[in-house]
Amino acid sequence: MTLDEFARIQTRRSFFRECAGGLGTVALGHLLAADGHLNPLTPKPPHFPAKAKNVIFLFMEGGPSQIDLFDPKPELEKWHGKPLPESMTKQLRLAFIKPSASVLASPRKFQRHGQCGTEFSDWLPHTASCADDICMVRSMYTEAFNHHPGQLLLFTGSTQFGRPTLGAWVTYGLGSESQNLPGFVTLTSGVGTSGGATNFSSGFLPSTHQGTLFRGAGDPILYLSSPPGVKPQTQRLALDALRDLNQQSYLKSEDMEIASRIASYELAFRMQAAGPELLDFSKEPASVLEMYGVNQEPTRPFAVNCLLARRLVERGVRFVLLMHASWDDHTELNKKLVKNCQITDQPAAALLKDLKQHGLLDSTLVVWGGEFGRTPMVEIRRPDQADNAGRDHHPIAFSMWLAGGGIRGGQVVGKTDGLGFGIVEDKVHVHDLQATILHCLGFDHTRLTYRHMGRDFRLTDVAGTVVKKMLA
Amino acid sequence: MSARTTAARAGAWLSSSLAAAALCLAAQPRVEFSRDVQPIFQKHCLACHGAQQQMSGLRLDRGENALRGGYSGPVIRPGDSAGSRLIRLVSGQEKGLVMPPAGARLTASETGALRAWIDQGATWPAPAPEGTTQAIRKPASSHWAFQPLRRSPPPAVRGRAWVRNAVDAFVLARLEAEGLEPSPEADKNTLIRRLSLDLTGLPPTPRQVADFLADNRPNAYEHVVDALLASPHYGEKWARHWLDLAQYADSDGYEKDRERPHAWRFRHWAIEALNRDLPFDQFTIEQLAGDLLPNAAVEQKVATGFLRNTLTNREAGVDRAEARFEQVVSRANTVGTVWLGLTVGCAQCHDHKYDPISQRDYYQLFAFFDNTEEADLDAPLPGELGPYWQARPEYYNKRNALLQQYRVPEVQAEWEKGILEAADQPGKRLEWDFAWTSMRAMFDGAEKLLRLDPGRRAQRQKDRLADYFVGAYGSVVNAAQIKELKFRELRDKLAELEAGFPAVSQAPAVEEQTGPSKTHLRLRGDYREKGVEVQPATPAVLPALSASPRPSRLDLARWLVTEAAPLTARVTVNRLWQDYFGRGLVRTSEDFGAQGERPSHPELLDWLAGALIDHGWSWKQAHRLIVASAAYRQSSAARPDLRGRDPDNVFLARQSRLRLPAELIRDSALASSGLLHPAIGGRSVKPPQPAGVSELSYSNSVRWKPTPGMERYRRGLYVHYQRTSPYPQMSNFDAPEANVACSRRRRSNTPLQALNLLNDPVFFEAAQGLAARVLREAPAGFAHRLDYAYQLCLGRPAGAEEKQRLARFLEEQIEILRKEPESAEALFPNRLEGIEPLEAAAWTALGRVLLNLDEFITRQ
Repeated sequence: MTLDEFARIQTRRSFFRECAGGLGTVALGHLLAADGHLNPLTPKPPHFPAKAKNVIFLFMEGGPSQIDLFDPKPELEKWHGKPLPESMTKQLRLAFIKPSASVLASPRKFQRHGQCGTEFSDWLPHTASCADDICMVRSMYTEAFNHHPGQLLLFTGSTQFGRPTLGAWVTYGLGSESQNLPGFVTLTSGVGTSGGATNFSSGFLPSTHQGTLFRGAGDPILYLSSPPGVKPQTQRLALDALRDLNQQSYLKSEDMEIASRIASYELAFRMQAAGPELLDFSKEPASVLEMYGVNQEPTRPFAVNCLLARRLVERGVRFVLLMHASWDDHTELNKKLVKNCQITDQPAAALLKDLKQHGLLDSTLVVWGGEFGRTPMVEIRRPDQADNAGRDHHPIAFSMWLAGGGIRGGQVVGKTDGLGFGIVEDKVHVHDLQATILHCLGFDHTRLTYRHMGRDFRLTDVAGTVVKKMLA
Repeated sequence: MSARTTAARAGAWLSSSLAAAALCLAAQPRVEFSRDVQPIFQKHCLACHGAQQQMSGLRLDRGENALRGGYSGPVIRPGDSAGSRLIRLVSGQEKGLVMPPAGARLTASETGALRAWIDQGATWPAPAPEGTTQAIRKPASSHWAFQPLRRSPPPAVRGRAWVRNAVDAFVLARLEAEGLEPSPEADKNTLIRRLSLDLTGLPPTPRQVADFLADNRPNAYEHVVDALLASPHYGEKWARHWLDLAQYADSDGYEKDRERPHAWRFRHWAIEALNRDLPFDQFTIEQLAGDLLPNAAVEQKVATGFLRNTLTNREAGVDRAEARFEQVVSRANTVGTVWLGLTVGCAQCHDHKYDPISQRDYYQLFAFFDNTEEADLDAPLPGELGPYWQARPEYYNKRNALLQQYRVPEVQAEWEKGILEAADQPGKRLEWDFAWTSMRAMFDGAEKLLRLDPGRRAQRQKDRLADYFVGAYGSVVNAAQIKELKFRELRDKLAELEAGFPAVSQAPAVEEQTGPSKTHLRLRGDYREKGVEVQPATPAVLPALSASPRPSRLDLARWLVTEAAPLTARVTVNRLWQDYFGRGLVRTSEDFGAQGERPSHPELLDWLAGALIDHGWSWKQAHRLIVASAAYRQSSAARPDLRGRDPDNVFLARQSRLRLPAELIRDSALASSGLLHPAIGGRSVKPPQPAGVSELSYSNSVRWKPTPGMERYRRGLYVHYQRTSPYPQMSNFDAPEANVACSRRRRSNTPLQALNLLNDPVFFEAAQGLAARVLREAPAGFAHRLDYAYQLCLGRPAGAEEKQRLARFLEEQIEILRKEPESAEALFPNRLEGIEPLEAAAWTALGRVLLNLDEFITRQ
């Protein structure tokens, strides 16, 4: 803290002391909460004006198969059942299969959609209907070929532990517009992810920037409900007493932490009210619920999260990480992939349409993708079982899509070779994706830094280039 | 000669060498190093490979260094320009890398000159006399942290009356220099609560407070300190700080995040070692190399569990060599942070940018741990062996009979053959390939054991393998076969048998492999990119390690507390200071390097470090010294004159108010309410936690089965720490993630913490417990009861204003609860003899307020 900042706080502090008798204690909490020095989530301007204000990251954990969803490779038919040329697979490291594994053509049918004519698999009819809003990136790549390291690299820019995640960096840079919800919210569906809490950790940033996990069952936020027998009125009275007593110790010790604690309790109380309101879908029109698939299986869990994501963004939450696990289809690809598509396709598309209808898509960046893709080669673990074929991890080339704030929809960026094995045009490393996401939010990724262990760290480590082609 | 003629000459060589590869070299014009080659190095190379900087370990301004090469090995092969990496790099023949990486490239004639020079033998004339004395210069550093301890006597001060011990002389000297007065001593209630929380992590009991207040002896304070240091809770409190550094957790980390059932043995060791005041030098040696001590006792081997707290990635597809490399990296980095206060990890990929630690230094440190393997040790706890030996014969009779009955030996032998075949010749049978990759990830030491003759396998190994086989056989045969074998039934029977068998506890430890392995520097930190071979050695900037040709892990451990003692002692006392004042004398307690902050009181830091060494590295003496000081005893209240002068309390004109760490918040609530289960040491416990927390883990594989009985009320340091889905209260209050060594916790202040304390069932139970305790134990009447509650929670009676405010609160509550009997019932469902249920409910509500006070979770 600089001396000037300190002097300003001091002025305000004497003000409280002098007015302690007259000034309402609510006002104290309010003023403190609104103060940027005490509340690290106070909205802050980015480096330059930008379109996107919020991010919804639809993280498809495990590595969805781009070859069966986004990147049609008819040429694979010719190679089906044969190994790839040795020149291609030399020095290749794969998680499970051998480089000599034979090629598996995709049984999926691809069609062009929208005015742009981007191709989508027949398993993604709803997403396909948003083709003109979607920027399909077919040339993503990463270094990590196991899940947890891959997820660390995608979210923290490093396979080492302890670094802040994308959502933490964004709330660190921009703060949050919400007065009664956390700035960074995580929603999950399906099974747990490899990365678990490390996918939304604040790392070495203050823990205020950590993603708050909204839970599917019980309280949406952990410990949001008061204990048995404590109704809102009694909770309020308890908080009033608590605040008065805390204020007495504040006047004695003048420790700003106490003032900050009073503000935290007030925000907690507001969250207790805001949480149930957020989850109350009763005012959503039936058509909206239907569009997401909130009241039907198998879409329900993911649909609820997608709708929540819109409602969170609407209420000023800066970053929503929605994790769906798992797309890690080493075996029984056909069976498992269609299931995940049936769960996620409709709600994800509904989210784009709904954001658009609410005028939020221009200011909300939506990202869809996993930590890597899947091989054009087959993986078979149980030859004795029918339709056991799956695909192994493929970090060398995979697809992701983006839409909304700052992104030029209706286009494809990057190109893979005929077999979908390597990238032939516009390689986009996960660091480049991170740089581009930050750019859409108004940040020069090289200047969004935090000093730790004697060094200025950033999300993109020492790399990253903004992918201009993706931008509107 | 002009540049033009040099170029012309070089051009001539170039064309001649292109014209005829087999050209007799002697026929070429003789290259003169200083005239033809040195200027090229000067122009293109020396900015990065010169005296100032040696990127990738390469130095091209000295013949000896240049010919030795860099981290990737030699770059100049005299007589063989085509085989010299230097030439490939400057001429763009190396894939993905060209030198220089930026700026003008070498011209064809320049490259030609280099080629010719190399082909003619790469003669490097003897250097000028002034450069000859130091071939490999030790990087001298004037950085403060690398200097020997300066043992200045405590300075003379004007305010001698304030000084209680040497610490105060240093603190006061600084205050006087700044024109500041120290703060008055805190009142006795504050002092005993501060001491009790700092030394044992528990609030003082009303009895302890009363005794201290009544004790008018001049050394009453010292008596309290001695009693607290002698309390077994002391070991618990300070073990927790050490566990942060050790990155202790009860699970593997990464996606599988498998439980580590024996991890607690290391924690147990640490608590016990601290309680018996094992000196820090011995404490260090046992943890880093207890296994290598002559005639090492089991507990000394258990101490090496310190090194087992690294993460283990059991994703089946993981590259085993890479996973192991990362564990060794983690061990080297931890030693850097914990003992040297240096961010050595930066040098994994390149020479440290700020500190004199080269990449070579890094891999030399790494080499100490490169030959270390993980080993689970039979480490019986007291009382375990007798019942074990008694039960063993019958247990194995029954077990072997079961295995025979279900045909395990014969089927397992076939399976082992199949697995080994997959290991040796992958790609033949796909299901066996996968069975092998999975086994390798989940079963430590699988290959070695499979290749060991079954007759030579130890009983423990046989058991592990058979158990694994019975569980995993299904992945290679079809369901019908498994059904026929009835392995599911067998598993249940084996489990049942084992449950009744008094087994011997194991502990995670390490052991040294026989025959040293070769350690290579890894270019850019990538484990696949082997550079030059290195030997174990300590960083060149620090005092040398004098040991046999190849120093061992034990030599390193000893070096840390002998030759490197000044730095180790500084780093260690600084962390203690940090825990007592909220801020180290060096604020960046994890980084004593050039990018870290300089000490606020350098003489005091050195004096304390010296005192630590002089007192035989006794932890307790160091604690005693700090808490005895007048500096420590000051009031923590803010002072108007310090506001603008010293907002961060660098000068120490007062104490600091510190929010308690996560574990201590739990401990305080449990202790004040009387719920605490006070057992020392032992296994981790799983208190109840809301559904959905563990489900965050991979494939929802973590099962959180709450520990039955009163153990759920054990202290926070015993709460099972699952890395990918930690117990929420710990994360909410800034407990570290246990993925790297943590030397300094944050103290955040968030609404989630408020929700946690307000609504988490365990804190609600504490409020109920507090109410019951107050109503049962205090004399009747609001004032008595409230005073007692304040004594329990805050170690002091309630003030007049507080009484007034809470009396009002209690009345409000009673009024509401009278109208809402169901709320009263829910708040306090139990019955207390002689207490009106309504009153118990209202006091529960009041208890919640007390347990949420800022003062309750703060050490003042």
